[in-house]
Amino acid sequence: MKEKFASLWQKLFGDSVRAFGVVSVIFLLSMAIAPAKNFFSEWRHYQHGYLSVIRNRSEANTLQRHFQSGIQQIWIPDLGVVDRCTSCHVGLQEASLTDVATQPYRKHPVIPHKLDQFGCTICHRGQGAATTVAEAHSSTLAWEQPILPAKYIESSCGQCHRGPLTGTPQLNQGRNLLQRQGCVHCHTVKLPDGNTMKATDDPPPLSHIADKTTREWIFAWLKDPQAYATTSTMPNFRLSDGDARDISAFLIANSTPIAGNNATVPAKASSDPAAGASLYGESFCASCHAVQNAAGNMVGGDIGPELTRVGSKVKPEWLQAWLRNPRTYDPGTGMPHYRFTDAQVATVSGFLLAKTDSDLLANIHLDSATPEQIEHGKRLVSDYGCASCHEISGIKKPENFAPELSRIGSKPITQLIFLPGMQHTLPDYIAGKIKNPRAFSPGLKMPQYTFTTAQIDALTTALLSLNDRSYTLPPSLAVPRKAETDYQPAGKAGKLMTDLACFSCHRINGHGGDMAPDLTWEGSSVQRGWLAQFFKNPGTLRPSLIRRMPRFNLSDSEVNELTDYIMTVYQSPAVDRDSLSQGGYSPGQVELGKQLFYGKYSCQGCHIVDTKTDKGYIGPTLTQVGSRLNAAWIYQWMKNPQSLRPGTIEPNREMSDEDARALTAFLTSQKGGGKPEVAKK
Amino acid sequence: MKAYVAFLLGFALLGTSCSHKRESALVPKPTAFGAAIVESSGGKQFAQTGSLLPQPLVVQVNDQQGNAVAGALVEFAAAPGVIFDPGAALTDSSGQVTANVSLGSKAGRYQIIASTVDKSYKTIDLGLEEIALGYQQTLGRRLNNQYCDRCHNPESTVEQVSNYDNLDVKPHPFTEGVTLNQISDADLTAIITHGGPALNKSALMPAWGNTLSKSDIQALISYIRAVSDPPSRSAGPTYSRN
Repeated sequence: MKEKFASLWQKLFGDSVRAFGVVSVIFLLSMAIAPAKNFFSEWRHYQHGYLSVIRNRSEANTLQRHFQSGIQQIWIPDLGVVDRCTSCHVGLQEASLTDVATQPYRKHPVIPHKLDQFGCTICHRGQGAATTVAEAHSSTLAWEQPILPAKYIESSCGQCHRGPLTGTPQLNQGRNLLQRQGCVHCHTVKLPDGNTMKATDDPPPLSHIADKTTREWIFAWLKDPQAYATTSTMPNFRLSDGDARDISAFLIANSTPIAGNNATVPAKASSDPAAGASLYGESFCASCHAVQNAAGNMVGGDIGPELTRVGSKVKPEWLQAWLRNPRTYDPGTGMPHYRFTDAQVATVSGFLLAKTDSDLLANIHLDSATPEQIEHGKRLVSDYGCASCHEISGIKKPENFAPELSRIGSKPITQLIFLPGMQHTLPDYIAGKIKNPRAFSPGLKMPQYTFTTAQIDALTTALLSLNDRSYTLPPSLAVPRKAETDYQPAGKAGKLMTDLACFSCHRINGHGGDMAPDLTWEGSSVQRGWLAQFFKNPGTLRPSLIRRMPRFNLSDSEVNELTDYIMTVYQSPAVDRDSLSQGGYSPGQVELGKQLFYGKYSCQGCHIVDTKTDKGYIGPTLTQVGSRLNAAWIYQWMKNPQSLRPGTIEPNREMSDEDARALTAFLTSQKGGGKPEVAKK
Repeated sequence: MKAYVAFLLGFALLGTSCSHKRESALVPKPTAFGAAIVESSGGKQFAQTGSLLPQPLVVQVNDQQGNAVAGALVEFAAAPGVIFDPGAALTDSSGQVTANVSLGSKAGRYQIIASTVDKSYKTIDLGLEEIALGYQQTLGRRLNNQYCDRCHNPESTVEQVSNYDNLDVKPHPFTEGVTLNQISDADLTAIITHGGPALNKSALMPAWGNTLSKSDIQALISYIRAVSDPPSRSAGPTYSRN
């Protein structure tokens, strides 16, 4: 062995010429490593592949001309972007490659931004400067931010766009859920614009809970809120029987009565189900409240709590007091003060109290509470942060109860503890935590929610958008959110509007709900007489709507107060009420308008003027529009509907002044009193 | 020495066969066999790329007489990126398997194969198609729901009553590929922008050119192309199992 080695040594390095030759060869080979690595690099392989993909296409010459070999990069110093993705993704900007499905040659789908304006990693994450597939796409020792899975891609839009966007339904939904499902009651979310995300739900105050319900119901609710109402937003805290017993004991013991809630009840709950159902329907309770029907479907809105089993929850005297005036119990409630008569209170309460579920409280027997139990319950209420959402007398709302989520989208993976079998990525961690928080540690306080997969994806998307980049963005790139104003109408009418909870459905000056029309310029729009009549007896303007304005039994002075206020204050600067007269148009002009209505503009596709011939279902019925709307408003609406009501779906037809005037003449002549015949579906 | 090698080889074989078994343990063993597999519901749905289809996919296994078979195996397969939950299952007492489907991250049509095996372990396939909408098509769908759907979609729901039946000239539903695929992008743009009369069609179709932006209209057209049935040529790529 030794001899063999010696002879080999002799052969290679026996004399200086041989040694020089051998060393040169070794040197040459080692020098060749770098160019060889470059030659065999992945991006070169993919560029070759691209050339063979485009070779046989009809537009090969054009594509060939656009193609540049070598490493490509998009460099945007302001954003810190050095993205070399286009070295392999060669065809990203080639409009003709729509049919190519193989990566990395696909054309980028159409988006509102240009690639060289933002680069790739701002939206897709990953390591932009890398030139190998693994380093660019996956977590490495030096770079932990992998490519963002496509289903969360909208989170990247949210880095700059702080308000809702038409193209990002998932992000919008996620942000809404953060506000609606109570997340931000416990978790602080400081938005990049400096504001703190506000909750939009309205958890009920618990300081007077004993007026409203029983300890048994509280126990059942705490154990499983969804057993009472499947749509409940209250999460399940997975409390033991003992803990639920003690918390319910504390809440009842801590409750103070409100004068009037248990006062003598003048009317007994009525047991006429037909009358109850019809009053429930006429009052449009279902616009806000849902009830599960026999088929298991929810019927009704989601603004107020579900009422499927309300009879097993509320005390009859509380319900009657609530129906009489909800603001006595909860001054901040979104429920209108309906001004029901005693008989109506009896009818509706009887109808609601019959909605019971005998299983709900069947097996709950609670002995009277001991002081120790009440004390323990109080401690649990503090421990679980109940006061983060609910007002509970004697317990302060805790500050920073749960970890702040302001920059959760950039949380380093090294700071996370994953579950076994879970992919080690931030989106998987966030989604997993929302799906089953207690799986991460049984001692965690975060409760169990009943989100669907789509909701979890939406929430994860919204949380991922709260990342370092969204806070460090050049201010010129940020697209601010249109913040909800805190507009409140003034004076007596303002008080009345709060009492009637107009803002639960209507929006005025950037504040309020979106179920019913925006009333910011209602005074310019309608005629006084019609408005007063509408308050007294709200009819329907749109045959196909199922959510409608309820009747509030307003007194004449209340109607006058509201009507005067609306007619005076809610005036649009774009409409001069006196510029056009309400009548006196020549028959020729009316006839011309009629021809335009049925011919050129074919308005009957969406509206009804003549109930015998027209069937349009989409817009409001116009049979009485001449008694309802102001002529000047109609004229301006014809010219540009979006200028009066942004977002309305009535198309802007860019009418000439003559056409608009003729249509105004025709419409103001429509004062018919007949009710529209609604085709039965 | 030889014995040692043989032992090692045998051990390795055992190991691979074991691991093979473990993989197939995810697929339940059928207790019955059908002769045909049919779609109950859930085909031809649209969802955003990478997201869950709104309705689950339900397929049913039948025997030769057309009666539902319980306990038959159904397996789902599609292009990489499509996730089935569950990926394989036995039919329930009504002969059905229900699976939630998440589409892949690329916009286009995804072909889905639901398969079962018959008595002789021959595979019977059912081909289905689902449509993943990219950014532009999702935007188009939003605009469609807001502006177009109430006339162009004949289906009525409680929340949204269709206006289709009220129109003297019936609009084309956007899935009606037979008609819409014949109309070029330029013509569709003209109809949406200037209204029906621009192409000698009904004035009941109003002009949207002053209400919708050019990019909005492009988005609408890309949505119409994406959902048309039969597929339009510009519907984008189709992704199949291979």
